[in-house]
Amino acid sequence: MSLSRREFLKSSAAASAAAAIGMSVPSDVLAQAESAETNWRWDKAACRFCGTGCGIMMATKNGKIVAVKGDPAAPVNRGLNCIKGYFNAKIMYGADRLTQPLLRVDANGNFDKQGKFAPVSWKRAFDEMELNIRKALKHAGPESVAVFASGQYTVMEGYAAQKMMKAGFRSNAIDPNARHCMASAVVGFYQTFGIDEPSGCYDDIELTDTIVSWGSNMAEMHPILWSRVTDRKLSDPERVKVINMSTYRHRTSDLADIEIIFSPNTDLALWNYIAREIVYNNPESIDWDFVKKHIVFAASPVNIGYGMRTAGEKSLTPVNPDGSAGKYSALEMEIINKEMKKVVSAKEAPALKPYGYKEGDVMVNKDAGLKHWEISFDDYKKFLEPYTLDYVATISKGNPDEDINEFKKKLQTLADLYIEKGRKVVSFWTMGMNQHTRGTWCNTLAYNVHFLVNKQAKPGDGAFSLTGQPSACGTAREVGTFCHRLPADMMVANPKHREITENRWKVPKGTINHIGNQHIMKIHRDIEDGVVKFAWVNVCNPYQDTASASHWIKAAREMDNFIVTSDGYPGISAKVSDLILPSAMIYEKWGAYGNAERRTQVWRQQVIPVGDAMSDTWQWVELSKRFTVKDVWGAQPLRGKNDKGEPNSLPSVIEAAKAMGYTEDTTMYEILFANKEAQSYKVDLNSFPQQGYDNSECNGDSRNVVGSDGKVFKGYGFMIHEYLFEEYASFGRGHGHDLAPFITYHKVRGLKWPVVDGKETQWRFNSKYDPYAAKETQESGNSHAFYGTLAKALPYGDLMGVTKADKTGLANKAKIFARPYMDPPEMPDAKYPVWLSTGRVLEHWHSGTMTMRVPELYRAVPEALCYMHPEDAKTYDVKQGELCWVESRRGKVKARVETRGRNRPSRGLVFVPWFDEKVFINKVCLDATCPQSKQTDFKKCAVKIYKA
Amino acid sequence: MGTLWNNYRYLILRRVTQISLLVLYFGANAWGWKILMGNLSSSRFLNFVPMSDPYAALQMLAAGAVLGADLLIGVGVITLFYLLIGGRAFCSWVCPVNIITDTANFLRRKLEINRIQGKQPATRDMRYWILALSLIISAIMGVAAFEFISPISMVHRGIVFGLGFGWAAMLIIFLFDLFVLKDGWCGHICPLGGFYSLLGKFSFLRVHHNEANCTLCMKCKNVCPEHQVLHMVGKESLPVLSGECTNCARCIEVCDDDALEFSIRKLAQNKKTGE
Amino acid sequence: MKKQPLSDRRKFILNMARGVGLASLGGFVWSAYVDEVTASTLLLRPPGAIKEDDFLKTCIKCGLCVLACPFDTLLLAKPGDNKPLGTPYFVPREIPCYMCPEIPCVPVCPTGALDESSVTTNGKLDINIADMGVAVIDSQNCIAFWGIQCDACYRACPLLGEAITIEYSKNERTGKHAFMKPVIQNDICTGCGLCEKACVTEKAAIFVLPREVALGKAGDYYIKGWDKSDEKRLENATSQTTTTDISKESAVDSLNNDMKDLY
Repeated sequence: MSLSRREFLKSSAAASAAAAIGMSVPSDVLAQAESAETNWRWDKAACRFCGTGCGIMMATKNGKIVAVKGDPAAPVNRGLNCIKGYFNAKIMYGADRLTQPLLRVDANGNFDKQGKFAPVSWKRAFDEMELNIRKALKHAGPESVAVFASGQYTVMEGYAAQKMMKAGFRSNAIDPNARHCMASAVVGFYQTFGIDEPSGCYDDIELTDTIVSWGSNMAEMHPILWSRVTDRKLSDPERVKVINMSTYRHRTSDLADIEIIFSPNTDLALWNYIAREIVYNNPESIDWDFVKKHIVFAASPVNIGYGMRTAGEKSLTPVNPDGSAGKYSALEMEIINKEMKKVVSAKEAPALKPYGYKEGDVMVNKDAGLKHWEISFDDYKKFLEPYTLDYVATISKGNPDEDINEFKKKLQTLADLYIEKGRKVVSFWTMGMNQHTRGTWCNTLAYNVHFLVNKQAKPGDGAFSLTGQPSACGTAREVGTFCHRLPADMMVANPKHREITENRWKVPKGTINHIGNQHIMKIHRDIEDGVVKFAWVNVCNPYQDTASASHWIKAAREMDNFIVTSDGYPGISAKVSDLILPSAMIYEKWGAYGNAERRTQVWRQQVIPVGDAMSDTWQWVELSKRFTVKDVWGAQPLRGKNDKGEPNSLPSVIEAAKAMGYTEDTTMYEILFANKEAQSYKVDLNSFPQQGYDNSECNGDSRNVVGSDGKVFKGYGFMIHEYLFEEYASFGRGHGHDLAPFITYHKVRGLKWPVVDGKETQWRFNSKYDPYAAKETQESGNSHAFYGTLAKALPYGDLMGVTKADKTGLANKAKIFARPYMDPPEMPDAKYPVWLSTGRVLEHWHSGTMTMRVPELYRAVPEALCYMHPEDAKTYDVKQGELCWVESRRGKVKARVETRGRNRPSRGLVFVPWFDEKVFINKVCLDATCPQSKQTDFKKCAVKIYKA
Repeated sequence: MGTLWNNYRYLILRRVTQISLLVLYFGANAWGWKILMGNLSSSRFLNFVPMSDPYAALQMLAAGAVLGADLLIGVGVITLFYLLIGGRAFCSWVCPVNIITDTANFLRRKLEINRIQGKQPATRDMRYWILALSLIISAIMGVAAFEFISPISMVHRGIVFGLGFGWAAMLIIFLFDLFVLKDGWCGHICPLGGFYSLLGKFSFLRVHHNEANCTLCMKCKNVCPEHQVLHMVGKESLPVLSGECTNCARCIEVCDDDALEFSIRKLAQNKKTGE
Repeated sequence: MKKQPLSDRRKFILNMARGVGLASLGGFVWSAYVDEVTASTLLLRPPGAIKEDDFLKTCIKCGLCVLACPFDTLLLAKPGDNKPLGTPYFVPREIPCYMCPEIPCVPVCPTGALDESSVTTNGKLDINIADMGVAVIDSQNCIAFWGIQCDACYRACPLLGEAITIEYSKNERTGKHAFMKPVIQNDICTGCGLCEKACVTEKAAIFVLPREVALGKAGDYYIKGWDKSDEKRLENATSQTTTTDISKESAVDSLNNDMKDLY
């Protein structure tokens, strides 16, 4: 260390003096003071990548992050990491980090949609955003302003975005990439439990006897959890069974006692088969006491379509004689037409028989929303009747080369494991069950089986939806950055929920838009339809991660709109944009994430961002300064008509705002972000946790970035991160979503909510472990209380529909759903004979913008391969290691053929990961979604393979 | 212009041949052409006809290698070819080192280095010694000894597959020929040249001297890299029968008097003059 | 002093002596050089390459294998590479052998230095039996041995689960995680180097070495009693006369040595 003792004393004196008078300490001086002692500094943080939520420690040296270590105190990972986590320190400083705002301009420096990107000031960037938002609002009201949000937002920036969108712009067109990731799980939770997120926790792994992985390659996608599964298996190899349920062989099979390769979409049939085994062949295994006290049976319509575009939408008109329609080719329409009506196939006919359909019937689809009703157990039993071993084995055997009797034996063993008395079972799933045109159904079917045998919400027992993103739970779901949600499981469609939120936000009653239907696919489609004119990409890469990608990119580039992308690196979305905002990456800002087991974890800003990059929170707050009450709170038009046949609209709330003490010129910044409550959260550089740490938003920093007003940004002067966190947390406290105080999280390695009396909750709904359930069961003495409040009053009916419209309350009860097997909209045929499934690899994170810039990870897996069976390679005349075309009705990409290695599909299916922007597989995928959850099915479409 | 063509036509043809061959070989590596693949050690013509360096094969044999059928066929093809057109035609029409040594020789004449360096300090028979030595070392060391030091393959492989320090080999030969020994590499040292000299003893294509036309200007001897083979010039009408002649035809094109020309050797004549 | 002109006979003898001397001088320098440049034992050869000694004899350095490689894996040693000049090799950390099933590099070899029969099973080319080398793991620096969930090598292996297997063991420190340590199966590993390429440590903690360099040899005089397949090592087993310091003299000689030290 070259700093002399004298210099050290001087610099630390300066630091404490500066701190004493509350001014911003130049970070380099501070760093010097730190480094004089140790030369580096460790501080805790959370891993940037998947939903596992590993705890890590970051080392900073000279104001830069230099190293990472697993946090030995973190309960999830105990100091370990996977190789993505291993490289957390190397994702920050890629050579092409974005460091200044970039705008497409012409030769004179004016904005030009066809121009080249050139650096502009933050002020210019916000000027352009303001201008284009105003244009969009004028064009079609709040529905014209949209945000591609993220499950990788920190809690605070998600909350800031949500507030500005929903209270400021009164637009619900904010929806996260998490929609692509676990929306089906969410709707499954809502419909089953009335409240979002898993009942169990990772400790189930150590407590269970059986781990069944459904449509989840945990070995690659949740490696730390998988190592816990492996440890459990090693602890008792005889007793502990591991089963891998998948449509192709992958690494999770390595450890599995049984591998079941099933035909895409037939997981629905498999779940119902297990339920049928219980109900018909092992009725004694049903825990009737539990079921009677805690469960009702329910059904919903089956002719709900596939979440594709529907006839009459602007981009589907006019319909041409050749079969094409609007912007969609005749080939594409072959599939899209099934959204309106479809012919019942031989494969699904037996399953649909209880609903009155037979093979060859035309099923007319219509949107049924989330509608469902209570039915009798007998109706449920009738519904299960078709799922005999013969039927299910015939339709679900996924490997044509496997013997049917062997396959049947496996299915029987699987059912037996769920049924076996005293055997604890955990079912894990991720994208295979969520990215599914019947994803919501499939999620609810999982709970059915666990409920029937009373193996849910107990230590070591339960169906457990894992998440893919680090804060899909913490931000997207809990903060509610979905188009239809508000914080803490409240809904924009619910007037009471809107009112609670408006009160808390101190905005006039009636401010929040009651129509929240612009989910992420709808935003893309609205851009293509010319409704959305301004879209802002936050912490995600929607132009790479969305199926039917060519449509959305074409719409963004060729239509009159303004697309903004905030990012650390130039990915496809940035490239497609008109304006790019350089954004602080995870450890360059204060933040909080929530993982899949409800564990909330926070970290402090470790380093000052590179270049002029600023956090997404800052970007939102700065934008809020540009809009006043009169700009956004006047009457606004909305699309469609209400129940009374009047055009939808939002009333003016300007007068109400004045009554609250605001003026027409009060900015959204003053109302939403710098209000009195916010100001009460003090900057305090003398005490924990702020002491010694940068806080670019609150204090500015040594870079003296010239901000949105053309002046050096000196900070807001209050602790905005704590304010945003605490205000958000106040929504959930007392409602089963209790978070600990902000400062507590800085002292611990995360806590699983609800945190009641300082204690976290391991198993929700279980009166032994969950204080909320305990309260609800005080009188009844029941073992469980499913106390969620959503959809907890149902009409009554049978499989065909509602027979008694009167709603019965079902407080503290959960639901078992009758939901049949159905085909996906696109299946292999003569023209496109192969299934395509997409997914991930361990080495890369999502669209690869970060991990493809880590040289070691890039070298390990530099390109996405097309995994296929060697016999298929022969059939399609392509060779191992050579390029082939993967072509669907929507587009084609070239990928290298891999017939060996980590993924081994059976004949008839190929697997292509989507991380590689050079193998842009989402051009090939179909944007069909679960009509209930709106989550895209990236796991199945039909393609043909041929030599490139 | 006519004179220029007349005086340099063979030189131009040789350079065109040498460079075309290089381009074809290079193209196989760089662009996947299938005309000439490999290099001078061994290659395939049109992805079918094998061709192999017989001298390399001889060393391999000495080293104790078991020679494959492909190789033997390739050796046969090349041996037959040079038996017909004159062994050392390889040196002047194919070998890329020839371009280097010709350049050195040209400069040597222009700079008149020959005049300060009268007597050549070495014998041209050295190449046969080295040839023998290479086979002995191959046998002792168990590897094709010359192939590890051969600047010919170094240069040719270098141009086709990547040069590395191969440029140093080129420079050494150039400087050696320029400053140390006239016709040093090709005329004295190169055992491959020596090998083809031996092979060339029997070839059909010959330069023929017609003494009647000779004006004793000696341009031919000046320009010849193996001037000893022109011992008959101005003395008697004879074909050049020494295998050391490279059939470069420089003598033919510099002769203003039609005293030299290519001919097919007449076996009878061969017998008569004996050589 | 006036010099006598040398006699022809003497001249001839002197010339001969000079020739032999020069030839010896050149021969030794030449041999030393050849010995030096061929003494590169850490080189990885294309699939099907015969034993290194024979390979150096047989390879004609034509580069046809290099031309045939679709991945630019194979290189020809250039002057300055410090490798046997002109011979083909590959550096797996840069570009590994992707193990094409058609093995295009082998059949083109004109000399048999790349031996088709060594990569042929039942009359069909079979890259899986190629032997370019064998992977070795530095378990101190392999992060899987620290407990990190890596196994990048395992997933990169074309013979996944065969050439590299995973050894599971409990991580007693954390109490709930498992180690997943890669283990090389020497007899199956082809030395393609895809693992070395994929290794995420700064310098690869798994790397391919020629089999002769990487592996030890147990000797044919002990056969594993619990492993039937080990019997095949007996094929090469012969009896050998053993010598140590104590047994180097004949019995009679050592018996007749004086025995002063014994009492």
